[in-house]
Amino acid sequence: MPIQVLMPALSPTMEKGNLSKWLKKEGEAIKSGDVIAEIETDKATMEVEATDEGTLGKILIPEGTADVAVNTPIATILADGESAADLGKAAAPAAETKAAQSAPPAAAEAPPAVAAPQSVAEPDPEVPVGTEMVTQTIREALRDAMAEEMRRDGDVFIMGEEVAEYQGAYKVTQGLLQEFGARRVMDTPITEHGFAGIGVGAAMAGLKPIVEFMTFNFAMQAIDQIINSAAKTLYMSGGQMGCSIVFRGPNGAAARVAAQHSQDYSSWYSHIPGLKVVAPYSAADAKGLLKAAIRDPNPVIFLENEVLYGHSGEVPKLDDYIIPIGKARIARAGKDVSIIAWSNGMTYALKAADELAKEGIEAEVIDLRTLRPMDTDTIIASVKKTGRAVTVEEGWAQSGVGAEIAARIMEHAFDYLDAPVTRVSGKDVPMPYAANLEKLSLPSVAEVVQAAKSVCYR
Amino acid sequence: MAAPKKTAAKEQGQDRDNGPPPEFTREQELAALRDMLLIRRFEEKAGQLYGMGAIGGFCHLYIGQEAVVVGMQMALKPGDQVITGYRDHGHMLATGMDAKGVMAELTGRRGGYSKGKGGSMHMFSMEKNFFGGHGIVGAQVSLGTGLALANRYRGNDSVSVAYFGDGAANQGQVYESFNMAELWKLPVIYVIENNRYAMGTAVSRASAQTDFSKRGISFNIPGEQVDGMDVRAVKAAGEKAVAWCREGKGPFILEMQTYRYRGHSMSDPAKYRTREEVEKVRHDQDPIEQVRNRLLAAKVTEQDLKAIDADVRKIVNEAADFAQADPEPDVAELYTDVYR
Repeated sequence: MPIQVLMPALSPTMEKGNLSKWLKKEGEAIKSGDVIAEIETDKATMEVEATDEGTLGKILIPEGTADVAVNTPIATILADGESAADLGKAAAPAAETKAAQSAPPAAAEAPPAVAAPQSVAEPDPEVPVGTEMVTQTIREALRDAMAEEMRRDGDVFIMGEEVAEYQGAYKVTQGLLQEFGARRVMDTPITEHGFAGIGVGAAMAGLKPIVEFMTFNFAMQAIDQIINSAAKTLYMSGGQMGCSIVFRGPNGAAARVAAQHSQDYSSWYSHIPGLKVVAPYSAADAKGLLKAAIRDPNPVIFLENEVLYGHSGEVPKLDDYIIPIGKARIARAGKDVSIIAWSNGMTYALKAADELAKEGIEAEVIDLRTLRPMDTDTIIASVKKTGRAVTVEEGWAQSGVGAEIAARIMEHAFDYLDAPVTRVSGKDVPMPYAANLEKLSLPSVAEVVQAAKSVCYR
Repeated sequence: MAAPKKTAAKEQGQDRDNGPPPEFTREQELAALRDMLLIRRFEEKAGQLYGMGAIGGFCHLYIGQEAVVVGMQMALKPGDQVITGYRDHGHMLATGMDAKGVMAELTGRRGGYSKGKGGSMHMFSMEKNFFGGHGIVGAQVSLGTGLALANRYRGNDSVSVAYFGDGAANQGQVYESFNMAELWKLPVIYVIENNRYAMGTAVSRASAQTDFSKRGISFNIPGEQVDGMDVRAVKAAGEKAVAWCREGKGPFILEMQTYRYRGHSMSDPAKYRTREEVEKVRHDQDPIEQVRNRLLAAKVTEQDLKAIDADVRKIVNEAADFAQADPEPDVAELYTDVYR
């Protein structure tokens, strides 16, 4: 049966075009791939190639015709052994016209509303009475978490700059090379983009890499691989191929290292579906959450803080101390105002709570611990109790995590609020070097106290 | 621009055997013909479906470059991994992925390899060791190097093949990966598909060093220029590179000199080259015609070849029918597969 050639769409948006020129005449032989006509779209003149073989039987749309709608038959091709007498039987290529003309199955109708799944946070593990508590620095807690997971699972390895021979730029990987050898503790060249991509590739092949960035400032070189490759592949593959990987390192302001080495990426990564984002404050959480992150089948951004590395805390001496990702912690109970912070923001929040207590204000301090998925339930339960909320972050306010928390409180606890949610954040400037300006640019205990008093109308 | 110079490698002192490629057996010729024809007919059909609005967005066709993936695949063994960029339909078919699943992904239907969520540029098959399907130019080079890292970590003898174009060859992460691959002696073959145009920019307008086989020199990675229009030459070069990698000698670069007949994507008016240039390559170097002519000279009948073509067209037509009849993904799929 003769085959109809249809007016093709030649761009994602084309609906009609001008048939500017025929390059084959009726009766001429046509091979697959031959250019048979030229079509002018709103953007350019394009060539139409034949995809079938035979003879050009009849031109249905003469050259010079303007505004020919996509899918209009423009010519007929006769197959071997057919003649002009067969033209009447012309059919468009198989089932295609039908399908193209009728709307694709569900697209045209308004789809039924689909609710986004809510993440349900698991509670912290029970720490049995009498469990021995070990005082550790956060640095040691992180090291122990990695060592324990590497002992447990041969697919876990660490790669990054100075993680092996040098024992870690911030000594977080101290001793790992000695215990696990160079195969599993790999020094990389200073090529964040490249080694992040290599780590993601290894994860796609089923390994569980821990990729250390000397600081998250340098991970900007690698952010394409983190977002476009690690975070999106599970979805793009329809669930077929995931990426179990941890990207970790110090995030946020250090001290006197100026704008390019002092930035908080909390909100950047928490924006991305497909990533989990963890930012612990205490030593116990650092250990329990890093172990959870390494075991998680998804890509996890693990934001540490250089200022906190040397801080000590009590860590339960348990064989397998895992803090579930996605669960906030009430660090201090109170009834008058909820202060929500994470990572080093907790330093300001807890000190502010002490100050506020002296003035008779009982602040409830929530350590968010995980930024994505965010434990909205804990925040909302607290705000329903206190009626007031203050967020604390070192990052900039615009599109920050505090802005997200404020929006969620408005969505879920608007009627419970006795005052507008107030944000304490880094100031809207690149980090200055001078000691006095640097201090001014960061949140302070005084600012948190001020904000809390303000929402309490005191 | 001149056709790919077959003597270029020799002039530039590269390690290359300039003799004619080893002959194929009749079975190999027939297999190569069939595999290349499947890709060509599939791509022609995809172009047609795009023209009818059944395929949306970007659609990058592989027509003209078929010998590269087919020849390389003939040099690999099960367990070896393949990763590429967004001009990926040919690679998927060559690794044995089902034409129906690929076409249904192009039309965004639930029977597609990614359940309709990936599209033309994002398909994967763990079963066939095909790792995508990546839309950011050059990203697959680091990822493919990571696949090789995993192979070395596990101590198996699998090799990964990272395909990328002459355009991607200028990206920074390619060289970061080259450095680490050689430093750690990773079993990865970098196949640079030099089809002479990065979108609309000719190689000579974008590359200071247009001999891509030399791009690994500063890392001590050996490289060869290969006639990427001759499937026999591709297979021979692939086997050499595979052997190098399996012996633990580190990465290998193959510059495949090839040509893309169609535009960069479907909406490319192709004003950066002449129609005569395209016609000349098609006429003189077409990878499928080369095999056909050799088979005809070896007394395979035109009738036999037509039967192969008919068989391939049937597969492609069935894939196209399936891809249009299959339903779109269930709306409940919107929120699945974000996390495991």
